[in-house]
This record gives sequence, C-alpha cells and structure tokens, in this order.
Amino acid sequence: MTKLTIVAHDGVNFDIDAEDGSTVMENAVRNSVPGIEAECGGACACATCHVYIDDAWTEKVGSPQVMEEDMLDFAYDVRPTSRLSCQIKVTPELDGLIVHVPERQA
Amino acid sequence: MAPLIETDIVIIGAGPVGLFAVFELGLYDLECHLIDILDRSGGQCTELYPEKPIYDIPAWPKISGQELTEKLLEQIKPFSPGFHFNRMVTGLEKLDDGRFEVTTDEGEKFRAKVIVVAAGGGSFQPKRPPIPGIEAFEGKGVFYSVRRIEDFRGQDVLIVGGGDSALDWTLNLQPVAASVTLVHRRAEFRAADDSVNKMLALREAGAVNFEIGQITALQGEDGALQGATLKGPEGERDIACTRMLPFFGLTMKLGPIADWGLNLNENLIAVDTEKFETSVPGIFAIGDINWYPGKLKLILSGFHEAALMAQAARKIVNPDKRVVFQYTTSSTSLQKKLGVK
Repeated sequence: MTKLTIVAHDGVNFDIDAEDGSTVMENAVRNSVPGIEAECGGACACATCHVYIDDAWTEKVGSPQVMEEDMLDFAYDVRPTSRLSCQIKVTPELDGLIVHVPERQA
Repeated sequence: MAPLIETDIVIIGAGPVGLFAVFELGLYDLECHLIDILDRSGGQCTELYPEKPIYDIPAWPKISGQELTEKLLEQIKPFSPGFHFNRMVTGLEKLDDGRFEVTTDEGEKFRAKVIVVAAGGGSFQPKRPPIPGIEAFEGKGVFYSVRRIEDFRGQDVLIVGGGDSALDWTLNLQPVAASVTLVHRRAEFRAADDSVNKMLALREAGAVNFEIGQITALQGEDGALQGATLKGPEGERDIACTRMLPFFGLTMKLGPIADWGLNLNENLIAVDTEKFETSVPGIFAIGDINWYPGKLKLILSGFHEAALMAQAARKIVNPDKRVVFQYTTSSTSLQKKLGVK
C-alpha cells in the first residue's frame, strides 16, 4: 500500500491507502473525491480526470506521454503540472504523493 | 420533398450494440435502418478508443474497438442494413397507423413499427470550452462547426485547438477571412503534419497568426463577439475577433431523446428486463443508454439485451407469424439467411 493524498478543489484532503499498480484516478473514484469525473473510464480518451501534481512531486511523477498530452488539450486551465490521473500508476516510489483537483473538468 | 424511408425497424445509434441488434432482428427477416451522428459505425469503440484492447468480449481474450466493429459489420453483412451517418435524430412521433415517424436534422423521415434506441452515452456533440459566458455568443459569434463559409467572410476569426479540425479550418478560412488567429496551448499539434506545415508557412508569410495559450474570457455585447482574452506564457492579453471556432473534441449528450416522453432514470432510459422496452410500447432501449436494476454498462450486456429485444420486436412487426426459436448452428433456414453454404 502506498499513501496518496488527493486535495479536492475546496481544500478537503482525501488520504488514501492506494494499492500499487492502481491508477490515481481509480483511487479518486473509489473514494468519491469530488471533481474527478473520469467519463471514459480510464482509456485516456477524455480529459475529465485532470489533476495538478503537487510541485514537490512533479519530477518523480514525470511528464505525460504523447497521447495523454494530446488529451490534455481538452482540459480546463492546463498548467505545467497538469496530468490525467488515469495515466498515473501508483508505485512504492510515489509513497506520499499529493495531487490537486482543478476547479472544474472540461 | 424530403426522402421518406419505410422499414421494419429504425435503430438509433450504430455502435456495437446497435450493430448486433441488426443481426438478431435479421434472423427474423426484419429490415433495419441505422442512424448515427458520427460519420461511421462503431460508436464509442471507434470514436473514443479504436486502438484500445477490450478484454471482456466472450471468446475474444483481447480485441480492439476497431476490430470488434469490423467483425460486427462482417457478421451483419447478410442482412444489408441501411446506414445513415452524420445525422442526428431530432423528432419522434407516433402515427395513426401505429407506426413511428423519426425525423433527422437532415430532414429525412423514417417510418417503422419499432424503434430501437441504442445510443450509448448519447449523441456525440462538440464540447463547449469552459469559458465563462460563452453560451451568450453561440450561434452569433461562436460556432462549433463551419456550415457556411460565407459567415466567416471578412471576419476576424479566432480558431482554438490543435487537431485536424482546427488546422483545416485555419487553412480553409484564411483566404476569405479578414484575419485568422489560431490559438493552441502548446507548439505540438495532433493534426496531420502536412496541415501543420502549411499553417506554419502561412504564419511565416504573415497570412495567419499563431499564438500559444488558452482563451480565458470573451468580450462583446448581445452575442456579437468583439474580442477574447488569451492567457499565454507571457501573461494575459486581448485579441480582437468577431468569430470564434473552438475545437475541443466531442462529448456525449442525451440530446433530443430526452424530450420523447420516455421514462428516464438519471438521463438513462428505463426499460424492463424481459423485452428491454421503454415506457412507450414499440420503443426499445438497449446498451449503455438504458437502465434497469442491476444494469452493467458492458458491451456483452448490450448484446444480450439485443437478443431479447428482437424476440419482442418481431412480435410487434409480424404479430400473426408463428416463429419457432432456432439455433444458427443447426437451423438450415437461419443459415440460408446468413448466406452459409
């Protein structure tokens, strides 16, 4: 299990024990984090699980692949720390990861 | 006169479940016409994830959305269904003779005894970009597609997006517009390289503007667009424009189906689990668009629903015909319909 914190847009923290290999999106949905819609169910085919990676974690999490970068074109208020949470797999290296939910999904 | 097509069954939606319904209905000699808002069959399978493998189709350990669609088309080929793409079903009316009349936004009319709604997540429609107050400009200054090039002649056109639509319209409107500005949030594009190169050459020649950034606000009054705020790497600034074309992909909406008087449950059509019929007799709903206790949005569930729906539909179309249930494996009459030699 890996510790994951998802900060909802209203500032509420969701501290989650995430299974390694699961995606950040799956953990958000399972824990009913508001603001993560995941319309396509994790196929990297929409941009409704958009999150901002906490500044301290951007390097460890890495940058999006080409397909994810393409999908981010459809997201709202995209920043350099933007990722689609369905494309971030939880690993022990990410223990303590913090991500922030944007004001709205596209 | 708009064309009138008379048939046994109209299927709304040509996704996997709509396609398989043609097979189940075809076994009972029922003629089907499919209507879809997209330009090809496959629905979400080919629009959202053509390359993505699906792992839960029985007997196919792994199959892509594209392959699944191709296999279904092959399977229903003997029944030669009518396909009507690029149109949205707008109206549905019950006629005095008991049939239904379906109207599309292209003006065609279809008459059928049975309507099957297999519309998945609803109809694919252009996504509205999250810019405050954009609704007020829609249809006057903001358009999601180009229906008439003349609407853009002599205008200052702002195109937003980085895919083929954005690039194609940048190239096609440049000769008629007063100015064309393309805005995309990054320097890489999803569009064909050839279009990108042509756009860059036009930019080099000073014929189009290209800006990196995101549009955060619109200016204007009474729907007349006057400008947009661009948030770019160097901060915010205003761009003068009288027309805006945002290309932010597609989203799914229930659309006009919501107004047909069918019982709905949170935007899904409520059906029974014997026939998958809606609250209006003769209208069925199968696949992701329907709801019943225990519903699972799986392609395989949609296939099952199609088979049971077909049993009820055939009794509506041919009430007096006695039909014995048969298996395709052993029935020579079914095999004949399938073209098996």
